[in-house]
Amino acid sequence: MRLRDRPARGRRAPLLLAAPALLTAGAVLLPLAYLAIRSATAGRDAWRILDATTARLVLDTCLLVGVVVAAALLVGVPLAWLVTRTDLPGRVWWAVAAALPLVIPSYVAALALLGALGPRGLLQGVLEGPLGVERLPEIYGLPGAVLALTLSTYPYIYLLTAAGLRELDPALEEAARGLGRTRWGVFRRVTLPALRPSVAAGSLLVALYVLSDFGAVSLMQYPALTRAIYLQYESLFDRDPAVVLALVLVALTALVLIAESRFRRRARYHRSTATAARPIQRVALGRWRWPALGFCAAVVGAFLVLPLGVLAYWTWEAVPLGRPVELAWRAALNSVLASAAAAAIAAAAALPVVFLSTRHPAWWTRLLERASFTANALPGIVIALALVFFGVRYAGPLYQTLALLVFAYVVRFLPQALAASGSALRTVSPRYEEAARGLGRSPFAAVALVTAPLARSGLLAGAALVFLSAMKELPATLLLRPIGFETLATEIWTATSIAAYSQAAPSAFLLIAISAPFVYLLVGRRGAELATPG
Amino acid sequence: MVKTITLGLALALAGSLAAVAAPATAQQPTLVVYSGRAESFVKPIFDEFTRQTGINVQVRHGDSAALAATLLEEGSRTPADVFFAQDAGALGALASKGRLAVLPHTTLNRVPQRFRAPGKRWVGTSARARVAVYNTNELRAGDLPASIWGYTAPRWKGKVGLPPTNASFEAMVTAMRMRAGDDRTRDWLLALKANDVKFYSGNTQVAAAVAAGEIQVGLVNHYYLYQLKEQRPTAPIANHFLTGRDPGALINIAGMGITTSSRRKAAALRLVNFMLSQPAQRFFARSPGRAEYPLAARARPRPGLPPLTRIEGAGVNLGALGPQLPRTLRLLSEVGYTR
Repeated sequence: MRLRDRPARGRRAPLLLAAPALLTAGAVLLPLAYLAIRSATAGRDAWRILDATTARLVLDTCLLVGVVVAAALLVGVPLAWLVTRTDLPGRVWWAVAAALPLVIPSYVAALALLGALGPRGLLQGVLEGPLGVERLPEIYGLPGAVLALTLSTYPYIYLLTAAGLRELDPALEEAARGLGRTRWGVFRRVTLPALRPSVAAGSLLVALYVLSDFGAVSLMQYPALTRAIYLQYESLFDRDPAVVLALVLVALTALVLIAESRFRRRARYHRSTATAARPIQRVALGRWRWPALGFCAAVVGAFLVLPLGVLAYWTWEAVPLGRPVELAWRAALNSVLASAAAAAIAAAAALPVVFLSTRHPAWWTRLLERASFTANALPGIVIALALVFFGVRYAGPLYQTLALLVFAYVVRFLPQALAASGSALRTVSPRYEEAARGLGRSPFAAVALVTAPLARSGLLAGAALVFLSAMKELPATLLLRPIGFETLATEIWTATSIAAYSQAAPSAFLLIAISAPFVYLLVGRRGAELATPG
Repeated sequence: MVKTITLGLALALAGSLAAVAAPATAQQPTLVVYSGRAESFVKPIFDEFTRQTGINVQVRHGDSAALAATLLEEGSRTPADVFFAQDAGALGALASKGRLAVLPHTTLNRVPQRFRAPGKRWVGTSARARVAVYNTNELRAGDLPASIWGYTAPRWKGKVGLPPTNASFEAMVTAMRMRAGDDRTRDWLLALKANDVKFYSGNTQVAAAVAAGEIQVGLVNHYYLYQLKEQRPTAPIANHFLTGRDPGALINIAGMGITTSSRRKAAALRLVNFMLSQPAQRFFARSPGRAEYPLAARARPRPGLPPLTRIEGAGVNLGALGPQLPRTLRLLSEVGYTR
């Protein structure tokens, strides 16, 4: 086995792969096509929005992206290592709990954080009495936006890094240990470099999420580009400036994508055997157990227990009013149906794209993969309006049906499947497929029977990420769902839009409760598997 | 894995087909309404309409601006028959792009002239007044300035909140511009900002911040008080109505228009007329948590609200607000309120 081996070059991409990959990329590029059409017809006035204020917006947006990615890395990577590679007490439990904030929509997270930490929030109420604290540090602006977005995004880095750690061949680290490296040395020289693809992919998802998020920046009043785009839509008389701002966002996305490629470089890391042939040697934490537990408790406390606590408080507040707590089962079923369909399709659609770019690297396959990411940083309303534009013209009877809604989810969240399966596939050596081909299998069978099972952890992670994101998607759902098709996200929106937080809370709980088992499937079961080898 | 994906695909396909096959096969005509008004606000009244007329109503709920943008993208292919908007601006935008049909006089004449479109393409169904909502633990009504211009005084430093990106607030600023000119309005906006005014994402958040004591006064629409009290009856807040011809007392509307491309215009018109009938007007004005001003059928507002005639206020034509909005937005952007 070599640590870095170059994939075979000069092999032509099989049509069987190229065709579906092109189809997928075409679908994902629809929002960009819409922006191109709209900006081509935009009046000259629309471009006047590119002034000093917009430049400031771009800087503020970059600052937010940078700080959130850094914060999410600081939280996500240590967590992933602790639950996969150490003897942390209760690690299966922590593994699931740490991933759960992923299912909290960012607007709910922001509302809950404001309820707890805002001026005159619950925390101040607690502190005011005994301690006489009259003013908490300002939460509006950068601090609040960073807090809410870190909550919503660190699980991407955590999950992908954990998946990467599980796929990582323990032989690498053992060899390094055998060569006399210290434990820290092994981590720094072997584990961390090998995790680059996963960490890079996770950071990419975080950056794209921050670029596209509207709920948190609007509630926390942070001047991000997305917020400016929404404001332009609110003024209505002219949609063109919004399109121009969206193009600025696309340009920023391109920069992020380039940065991620650079970071990942072109090194490739493969493992030696099909499955981890022996159980991972867990690091005994010893006395470090306590700070480690403290760290996990702080993360889960701040990002899961705190928002849930606020939701519970809102529900409890309504009890004296005698309102029955109603659970929206129908909406829950709708959410699961649409999200599961989107997850399955996205996972399937991502495979050819990722496979082409990792196994048949050429300028056009890489461009295809990179381009598929660009739409993900667009705010939901731009994607929704793009699909309204194309849907009503070319999809005919499918317009405003579940099929188009699922399609919208796939377009919006495909990059999550791409990132997860991409980082998984990069750890599988192409030699296995070549061996399968040599034994007379067709290229398709080689991928289906050899590669897919080897990378299954990443593929499943991708599907699960899409599922969880679709469960909480709002802007596209509102505009593209069949009329009367309620999802948990729309139920929460309906209640929060009239400040009925007590009615929003049960739906939010239901959303979290339904998503939790999927998170468990994603991390917990495999965690348990690894915890009890044999 | 492949099995899982195949199974998932099959399931998704089956689900999609089921959804395609689902659309109503009922004999009754079915109207499609795009509603920028919250579901809990309007569902009972749509149900009542169906009960009385046998006409089914399918409602797509969303944000007024997003739905208006959707209607513009859909153009003549829109499935919507009726647009029910949260403010005059969204209706005006659609009317100016030729997406709304002219309404008959018998419908328009049901409401006072200032609450219907000059071009006859939409009609107000209820009205809301701009007010100062204040915290009753901190202030009494007498403490508050009699005019919107008064909030730049040092006494209000850091104590006032507003939603700078909200359509109703923007309409109020337009009214200020039209009454007092751009320069005075710009000065006021800048002075308010220098006075440490607090920005929030919407009227609801402003009212909640006042109730929490985070700020003392909020510039919002009058009915947010009732909405908040419905959730938290003991919240310490009250409305302060501005009188005289103060632009801070602008009256805006929620209203309806029928799309140009609707193929069920007769049924759509019945719905619009129903919204202007006594039961609907009473519903908007008096049902729990609601306190809008009725505009037709001689329905009376909720007790305790000053009559609309007394807060004639800004004296600004609602139809003129639309064309003036771009300049208002430019001003708000210049002074750093919206970007």
